[in-house]
Amino acid sequence: MTRARLTRGAIGVAGFLIVGELVIRLWVGRTFDFPAPSAILYEAALLPVDPEFLEGSLVTMGNWGLGLLVAVGIAVPLGVLLGSLPTAEQAVRPLLEFLRPIPSVAIIPLAILLIPDDAMMKVSVIVYASLWPILINTLYGMHDVDPVAKESMRTFGFGSLAVLGRVSLPSAAPFMATGVRIAAGIALVLAVSAELVAGGVNGLGVYAVKASSGNRMDLIMAATLWAGLFGVGANLVLQAAERRLFRWHWLRTGGVRT
Amino acid sequence: MNVLNRLWFVPLVLAAWEVTTRFVVVSIDFPPPSEIVVRAYELWFSGPAARLFLTDDALDNILPSLARMFVGWFLAALFGVVAGVILGRSRSLSGYVDGLIEFGRAVPPPMLLPLFLVLFQSGLATQLATIVFGVIWPVLLNSVDGARSVDRTYTETATVFGLSKAQHLRVVVIPAASPKIFAGLRLSLSLALILMVISEIFGGTDGIGYQLLQAQRSFDAAGVWSAIALLGVLGYLVNSLFVLAERRVLVWHRQANRIP
Repeated sequence: MTRARLTRGAIGVAGFLIVGELVIRLWVGRTFDFPAPSAILYEAALLPVDPEFLEGSLVTMGNWGLGLLVAVGIAVPLGVLLGSLPTAEQAVRPLLEFLRPIPSVAIIPLAILLIPDDAMMKVSVIVYASLWPILINTLYGMHDVDPVAKESMRTFGFGSLAVLGRVSLPSAAPFMATGVRIAAGIALVLAVSAELVAGGVNGLGVYAVKASSGNRMDLIMAATLWAGLFGVGANLVLQAAERRLFRWHWLRTGGVRT
Repeated sequence: MNVLNRLWFVPLVLAAWEVTTRFVVVSIDFPPPSEIVVRAYELWFSGPAARLFLTDDALDNILPSLARMFVGWFLAALFGVVAGVILGRSRSLSGYVDGLIEFGRAVPPPMLLPLFLVLFQSGLATQLATIVFGVIWPVLLNSVDGARSVDRTYTETATVFGLSKAQHLRVVVIPAASPKIFAGLRLSLSLALILMVISEIFGGTDGIGYQLLQAQRSFDAAGVWSAIALLGVLGYLVNSLFVLAERRVLVWHRQANRIP
């Protein structure tokens, strides 16, 4: 089953590349100056030995990882706290509902004004954008805790901290993990956006802007290919971790969610 | 009373913010909320009554921004739903493109801004292409999922009644998939707002995002804050309108499933 899927996927990718190659070489390439897949793949293969690209992607991924980590450190405790104090949550909820619709990239110009340090500014906007999915999912998970399990613990004379540690947290953890996975994608968008707006010495976005000012579309596409592969890789790792850690949760809910 | 109970915290925060920025931390970068509101009024809402009080700035920036966002979103929704329903109905076909979709949605869309700028040499085409590319994935994936997981009983009933392929699609598959499709559309809408802003900041000559960048470049902190507030209000309104529309369209679904 999985092997058949992999074969089909490989055929699909190969077919896409071949059709793209033909269409660009024979048709689109005559009006637009767009690089063919073979040219893009060739550049992409060379990029890992290009020190500028390598350093840039390390900087971007570093900001991404750090921002995501800090966001987890803030949003998870906050979500658990609010989730276990209904009155506090009721009070704060409207504030969250007002802040959440603000498109996160709009924060970047403000961050540039407020935070003079470039790296700090970039990490901050990543943190801000990643907070929301993690916080919302943690809250959702805290609401989803089975009340019977909580009441049973209480009946057995456990205090509220024990209930939190033994029932609420484990039961909300899969939701937190889903929030982190969603945030990981958003964090990458923000990491690149901040570099596009603020520039900087190094970074994936900086590299793409430089390549575009030299009209090197093949280089941008190659860098984009790596960015996409990085996104796929991060997603796969987080998904595998979720499946492994929370196997019991997916068994219980009976879903093979992706 | 109920509203008071629910919302008391927001005015409290606003008041604390006002007092802090007026008396404790006095900085141009942190204007008090009243100043932000005044700046927003000056920028966009102090126009003549005949134009609903909108200023030239508002007409020249807010309207193009909204138009870009909705056109991009609409195009992505159209492609996404059509392709998604086709892929969802054919398991083998979706097997071939799964990998490509997985890759496409992992690409951070802003990476493509510099590319589209070189390719199209035009601001509008760049912005639209970025929005369409970025927001198509949630619609596509949800449509695939919705069309794939149509209840077997429905499809078998349709076969028994001898519905043609087109009828089957129109009467059974699309309605059954529509709750998922709407969920995807809603996700895409908020993503479209984000990409609208970044594409205007990076390659724009007008729009709220462009105004935001201009305010930042001229160190007009109140202008930056008010543009962010305006975007938040727009995001809230657009989302609420969508939820309202969704409720009307999917009223049968809610009734059938007894969702309050």
